[in-house]
Amino acid sequence: MRNRNTIALVLIILLALFVLWIVLPIEHPSWFNRLLFWQQPPESRAVAIQQGLDLQGGTQALLQAQPAPGQEVTSQDMETAKVIVERRVNALGVTEPTVQVVGQDRIIVELPGIDNPTEAVQTLKSTGQLEFVEIGSSDNPKYPEVAQGVYVRTTNRPDSPITTTLGTRPLPYPDGVFKTVMTGADLKNAGVALDQFGAPQITFELTDNGAKIFADYTAQHVGDILAIVLDNTVLSAPRIQSAIPEGRGEITGKFTQEEAQSLAVQMRYGALPVPLQVIGIRSIGATLGSDSVQRSIFAGLLGLCAVLLFMIVYYRLPGVLAAGALLMYAGINLAIYKLVPVTLTLPGIAGFLLSTGMAVDANILVFERMKEELRWGRTVSAAVEAGFSRAWTSILDSNLSTLITCAILILFGRNFGAQAVMGFAVTLAIGVAVSMFTAITVTRTFMRAVFERSAAEGLREKRWLLGF
Amino acid sequence: MFQLVEKRRWFFLISTLVIVPGLIAMIYSTITTGTPFKLSIDFTGGALWVMEFPHPVPPGELRAVFVQAGIPDAQVTTLGDPQTLQVRTRPLTPEQKLDLEKKIAIEFGPGVTQLEYTDIGPALGTEVSKAATLAVIAASVAILAFLTLAFRKVPHPFRYGVSAIVAMLHDILVTVGIFSILSLLLGWEANALFLTALLTVIGFSVQDTIVVFDRIRENTPKYRGDAFTTIANRSLLETLHRSLATQLCAMFMMVALLLFGGATIRQFIAVMFFGLISGTYSSIFNAVPILAGWEERDLFGTKKRPLAGA
Repeated sequence: MRNRNTIALVLIILLALFVLWIVLPIEHPSWFNRLLFWQQPPESRAVAIQQGLDLQGGTQALLQAQPAPGQEVTSQDMETAKVIVERRVNALGVTEPTVQVVGQDRIIVELPGIDNPTEAVQTLKSTGQLEFVEIGSSDNPKYPEVAQGVYVRTTNRPDSPITTTLGTRPLPYPDGVFKTVMTGADLKNAGVALDQFGAPQITFELTDNGAKIFADYTAQHVGDILAIVLDNTVLSAPRIQSAIPEGRGEITGKFTQEEAQSLAVQMRYGALPVPLQVIGIRSIGATLGSDSVQRSIFAGLLGLCAVLLFMIVYYRLPGVLAAGALLMYAGINLAIYKLVPVTLTLPGIAGFLLSTGMAVDANILVFERMKEELRWGRTVSAAVEAGFSRAWTSILDSNLSTLITCAILILFGRNFGAQAVMGFAVTLAIGVAVSMFTAITVTRTFMRAVFERSAAEGLREKRWLLGF
Repeated sequence: MFQLVEKRRWFFLISTLVIVPGLIAMIYSTITTGTPFKLSIDFTGGALWVMEFPHPVPPGELRAVFVQAGIPDAQVTTLGDPQTLQVRTRPLTPEQKLDLEKKIAIEFGPGVTQLEYTDIGPALGTEVSKAATLAVIAASVAILAFLTLAFRKVPHPFRYGVSAIVAMLHDILVTVGIFSILSLLLGWEANALFLTALLTVIGFSVQDTIVVFDRIRENTPKYRGDAFTTIANRSLLETLHRSLATQLCAMFMMVALLLFGGATIRQFIAVMFFGLISGTYSSIFNAVPILAGWEERDLFGTKKRPLAGA
């Protein structure tokens, strides 16, 4: 028993060191970051606390699909819509925006740092602007980087994108403004067909007006590149093979069937496969958030000191051990927030602090049970064991009820993009789970380490030390 | 042994005295405004716009700008200091908002900053209200099921579940009642965080109750000869230390947050503060007495019986 406990003690100390390493604001090695955050793009891989919108300031918009009567919204539609909204959001130059499909027909957009949402939301809602843009000769390309996914400024929309930092999207020619030859207003239809080799290609049909413009232009610019641009993003930059007099043509390229389909849809509907309506906006300035955080952290430290003091004064020696376990508990929580990562909101901080106050509960249950066992005449080490084993069912059952309500809150919050509700429920749930772990594992190991020697029987005489 | 459970009619009376003012407030509020307490735009839909001006502005002047722009139902109040104003109206389209921004700049100069803006469409508001009610019901049902399951090996497990639920309802009524009073007096509005606080109170109330029930469950086979009330009393006293100690620690945190924490979560913490106190009270003085009363077929402890030789 002694040896097993010593191993446990060593493991706990190692865990504490690991937690400390994670929690401290130091540089972590890049292989570690890559391992943990393999899903994220390279720039945002770091072990750091993610701040919710209410802490760093920003805007959250909830978009709802409004299908035309008879039109059914499929998940493919929502995926396409999400990608399109994402592109538009990127065009705003926001760092680390989030776009997520929620439920059957809703999209949540989070824009950190934008605290005046009006312009931003306008951009999201508006139908896409399709343009045919002149890039120049393909034999002697002046702009070789214009390809699918790249941003360009056009004469039709010279003010967009509004910044030069586009997150992770490239804007290779920030000073260049390319000439718009024709807009999507003259596009009548777009679809997908298979060419003679069986590869997918996009077919398009222009209005009479468009056909005329196109005919003239293509006749004069055979061999040049005419980019098809949507919301300032290049969809495709094909070369004009020959004059197109009829107003019908094909775009060939290395498209998969899905890509061709998606592009044709975007060209057809001015981007969104189903109209989106903004049904909710939440926007908060940054100053409010940072002030609240500082005050809450201060209050939290104050409360924590009070709790630790109480535990030490009331339970004496076991209380000191519980205080150590509590500090470790707080550390593990913070490490989890950094590693998962959990987006921290102000109610989330409150949830963390509240769960810290409640984390003592498991320890208290054990200590009270221990005192009883001692009163009934058990040896100290037996009392320690009995305290933990008897209290465990209480701890488990009671914490489960809190976890049930947390689960319901998380479901509720997720459906409505209520970051505040979710933030609180998530931190509370994590707190409850970790508190069960630390009380049963950490506190017990400490207690066993201190009380298991036979010398501990001597402590029995010093009843005040044990919290009688 | 101190006879807690026998004195249950006094505890029920205290509970009633605490709940009744809240009920009166809710009824009054429902008659005058249609809802038991003020609802924020999270549940009703609408727009909430908080602006900071470089100099104090009387709310009436700001309201005039809105009325002129064609929005007659704007409510404007100051928020904390005379330079920060809060406007509540029906949902605004982006065009309307841009228009209003321009008009405000013309009227009050360019130094106006937007601190916060929330716009909830009416359909979303209704949906959130429905989901909120559903959430409370779902939590209650889930907990009832969980309790019956956890205590299935005890005689009459259903009673444990019901007693806990009654204690929980008591806490809900107390919390909501106090909030209604504060809503009438201080103008507090129920938002999504209020719902969060309420559900948290439910969770913790049952958590507390379970600890005592657990002790009863453990003591029942040990003291098989004793009357149930004796076992109940003993279990209560044995767990009293723990209940109070845990409550105290939670209070330390919440009082610290209330006094020193950020202003935006103050209402949220206050609701939880009252709710948790009520939760501890109801576990000790409602759940167990109801359980004992049910066992004795004497819910209010009014039947005369020979003095128990505890």
